[in-house]
This record gives sequence, structure tokens and C-alpha cells, in this order.
Amino acid sequence: MKNIIRWINKYKYPYLFIMPAVSLLLVFTIIPIFVALIISLTNIDLSGLADWSNIQFIGLRNYINLFKDSAFKKSIFNTVYYVVIGVPLVIIFSMFIAILLDYGKNIIFKILRLFYYMPSITNSIAVAIVWGWLYNTNYGLFNYLLSLVGLPGQQWLSNPILAKLSLILLALWKAIGANMIIFLAALQGIPKVYYEAADIDGANKWQKLIKIKIPLLSHATFFVAVTTTIGWLQFFEEPFVMTGGGPLNSTLSMALYIYQNGFQLGYFGYSAAGSFVLFLMIITVTLMQFKFKKNNVEY
Amino acid sequence: MGEITMYRKSKDKYFIIMLLLIGSIGMLLPFFWMVSTSFKPANEIFNIPPTFIPKKPTIQNYVQLFREMNFGIYLKNTLIIALFSMLGLVINALAGYAFAKFQFPGKEKIFYLVLATMMIPGQVTMIPVYLMLNKMGLTNTMPGIILPGLASAFGIFLFRQFMATIPSELIEAARIDGASEFRIFLQIILPESKPVFAVQGTFTFIGAWNSFLWPLIIANDENLYTLSVGLALLKGQHGSDFGLQMAGSTFLVIPIIIVFLFLQRYFVEGITITGIK
Repeated sequence: MKNIIRWINKYKYPYLFIMPAVSLLLVFTIIPIFVALIISLTNIDLSGLADWSNIQFIGLRNYINLFKDSAFKKSIFNTVYYVVIGVPLVIIFSMFIAILLDYGKNIIFKILRLFYYMPSITNSIAVAIVWGWLYNTNYGLFNYLLSLVGLPGQQWLSNPILAKLSLILLALWKAIGANMIIFLAALQGIPKVYYEAADIDGANKWQKLIKIKIPLLSHATFFVAVTTTIGWLQFFEEPFVMTGGGPLNSTLSMALYIYQNGFQLGYFGYSAAGSFVLFLMIITVTLMQFKFKKNNVEY
Repeated sequence: MGEITMYRKSKDKYFIIMLLLIGSIGMLLPFFWMVSTSFKPANEIFNIPPTFIPKKPTIQNYVQLFREMNFGIYLKNTLIIALFSMLGLVINALAGYAFAKFQFPGKEKIFYLVLATMMIPGQVTMIPVYLMLNKMGLTNTMPGIILPGLASAFGIFLFRQFMATIPSELIEAARIDGASEFRIFLQIILPESKPVFAVQGTFTFIGAWNSFLWPLIIANDENLYTLSVGLALLKGQHGSDFGLQMAGSTFLVIPIIIVFLFLQRYFVEGITITGIK
């Protein structure tokens, strides 16, 4: 008994300090994972929500039905498309701009950095609405600018092929800022002796760029690739606001599909099964990160 | 020789500045068009060719936001969420402090569990959390919107990393002087952690200001909508009133840009910290 009291007195403060945060994480993140797994094996929907006796255990039927649903398969295709096209674009643009911004340190470069950073902190819903207006077929600014150079107006959001690219363009515009800062920090961390050694060897600036800068950015590149991939896998606000997943499901992302089935149609069990498929994809990318992290470039 | 390289260097520099300037037109154009449209009267918005600067500027769109669209209520809700998210910051700081400066059984395991929650996407937890809150009668309430987002694994991690660098002698000395553990946290740890609070506070505020998906799911009642949810609703109801849409968007975007201009330093620090992990 005495020992227990002594034990409590010794450790009560750290436990007290971690309790609020850890119990919130337990209730709202860790336990829900298991709940999600269980309900993904049931047919819970709005009627099941009202009366639990309507809920039945249906095994893997939700998962089987998901892969029979052409809309779900389309959403996987679209999500992979977003990743495959979007991630390289984000890496190329943010690295390129960071290398240019790294060239000078005066006030002009600081202001320019600010300009490129600004889109990344703005509200996704607001910018999706603004871009929706820019993309407007009849009165949008983009079609007006095209008409100035004699090109025909485009159906930015209602042409199934173009719509995906239009959403990618907006998300790219928004993603450059934060990733560019990561590249800038990495560039500033490259020791000067590398450039000096290259100068002595008579290397020109292109050789320095390709042989020194880009290889030494590989750690940052990898980090950006992984976080951007996870971000694109969860792509939601832009298609939600701008296209609702259309036309013909051509912009429907997995996250939007899960939201629509869960909260607009009330198929909670089915939607939870969909979220597990997405979870599996995200976990795979995360684990790949851990695996490859071992072969970093050291300097 | 030296002069030629200098000349070449400055020529390169001007070329790079030109290139970056051209690019930044693309970056800023959407903002410019948003603000410009928001001050245009209804008939001017559909002019072809469009006017870049409003000919007859009006604040009618903004007036309508608050008179007809309840943006005042959305603003109030958003600020309530932001306020409570600051409380969440303190909760995370407390946990970070315990993980950084105390020894206790199970510490490592619990910390890894906390870190593991970072890998779990919101899409997986949103359905069970909604069902749980529904059972507790917390859907369509402010606590239901606020509670699930209070604790953040990443926040705890950042606090721990920073607080580990505070000298333990400082804490020991205060203990010998008879200060209580809570007092040590409030009067020594919190003031010492100002930089990390500034970084996290800025990002937490922006996160709260932009909060969308969870309030959208939990709030059925317009009286509980946040600005983002209200703006999405506005787009649905006034699909072709672009002046009103742009005024609403401006109202969400510009305050954050102003906050950003004042607290720039913390943004850059914050992102660099996340990049280094």
C-alpha cells in the first residue's frame, strides 16, 4: 500500500501532464481506427444509426461491392492520376523557383519569395471559388486572356480530360510556397566549400547545378515527394467545391467518394470500407518513406 | 577578368529577377482578380472585355455578406474555434513537457503511440468519430466541432523537441525553491518556449481559420457554420453571383495574408522545422 502511494506520488505529475492530450488522441484517433475497421464489416447506414438493431455483420461484402462500383474504381484511377501528374510538377516547380530565389539575398528576392509563398497559406475553399471564377467559360479571365492571343475559349471544368488538369493547376499554384521553402532551407544548408572546390576545378554554373545542387537536394526532394503524395491521395476541397466530382466522375477523388457515400448518402459502413482502402495506400507510401530514408545523401 | 565575371553575375541576376517577376504575375493574378471583382457592381462583372480596375467601385457585395449571408455568425464561430485551438496548444505543450523532462513507466511506448497517430488520415477517423459523437449527442454542437481537433501529435512532438533543449538545472533549481510542478510549467517552461509557441500558435490559428471538413460534417445548423463552410454554402446558393463569391473569398483570404505579413518569420521557421524532422 505504502509502495503504491509512493509510486503515485513519484509519477503523478508526468501522467497528469500527458493525460489531456493522450486521452483526446486515444478517443478521437486511436479507438476510431478500430471502430472504423469493425463498422466497415457491417451494413450500418442511416437506419442503423437510428436503431442499432438494424445493423448486421456482413463480412467483406462492403469491400467486394466497392470494387464492383465503377465510380469507386474511377476515383482510384483519378487519385493515382493526381499523384502521378501532380507530384512531379510540384517538385519541379518548387525546386526550380527555390534555386532561382536562392540566387540573391536582397530585398527584391525577399519580396519575390513572399509572392510565391502567399497562395500556400490561403483558404482552400476561397481559392477554389476564385479559380472557379477564373475558369468560367463565358466570363472567366482565362478564356478572355486566351482570346487576346487568338485562341478559342476552353471548357476548363466541364471537359472531362481538361477538368482534372485544371484542378491540378490550382493545387500546384497552392503547393509551391511551402515546398519551395523546404528546398530553400536545404539549399542554404549546402556547405560553401563544395562550390569553391567546383570553382577550382573550373566547373560552370550548369555543372554546379546538376552535379552539386540537385543531388544534394535529394533529401528535401524525397521529403517533398512523400508529403505531396500523401496530400494528393487526400485531395478533397478542390473537387468538392469546383466540380463536385464531375463531369462524369472525371474529377472524383477517393476522399470525395468517401465523403459523399458517408455523409451525403449515409452509407457509413460502406464508406468506412472505402476509407480503409485509402488508408492502405497512404500507409504504403509512409512505410516506403521509412525504408528509403536509410539511403540518404550525406554531407 | 574580375570585372567581366562581375558584369556577368549581375546580368544573370537581372535575368533571374525578370524570370521570377514574370512567374509572380501568375501567382498574384488570382488574388488581384478576386479583390477586383469583389468591388465591382453586378453589371460590370460580366463586361467583355473585362475591366481590370473597377470603374464604379462599390462595397455592396461586402454589405450583402453581412446583411443577408450571416457572415457575422460564421466569423464568430470561426473565432471561437480559433480561441479553443489555443487551449489545445497548451494541452499539447503540457504533454510535450512531460515527454521531454520526466521519466515515467511506459514513456517510450506512449510517445511512439502518439507519433503513430500522425500516420492516420482524417478520412478513416471521420466516420467513427461522427458516429461516436452522434451517440453522445454532440453532433451539431460546438464541443463536437472543437474536441476532436484539440490534441495534435505533431504539436506534442514539436513541443517535446524544443523543451528537451531547456536546461534541466533551471527546473531543478525551482523545485528546490519549493515551486509546484504546475508553477514550474507556467513560470519557467512556458516563457522559455516562446519561439515554439509563436510558430505553432500561428499555424494553429490559420488551421482554425481555414477549418472546413469537420465543421461541415458536424454542423447541420447554419448557426454553427465556420467561414469556410459558409462560403461553400454561398457558392451553392448564389452560383452566378460572382461579386458576392469574391467578396466572401476576399474576406477569408486577406486577413490571413495580413497576419502572414506580420509574422512571416514564424512561417518560414515553422515549415523548416517540419522539413527537418
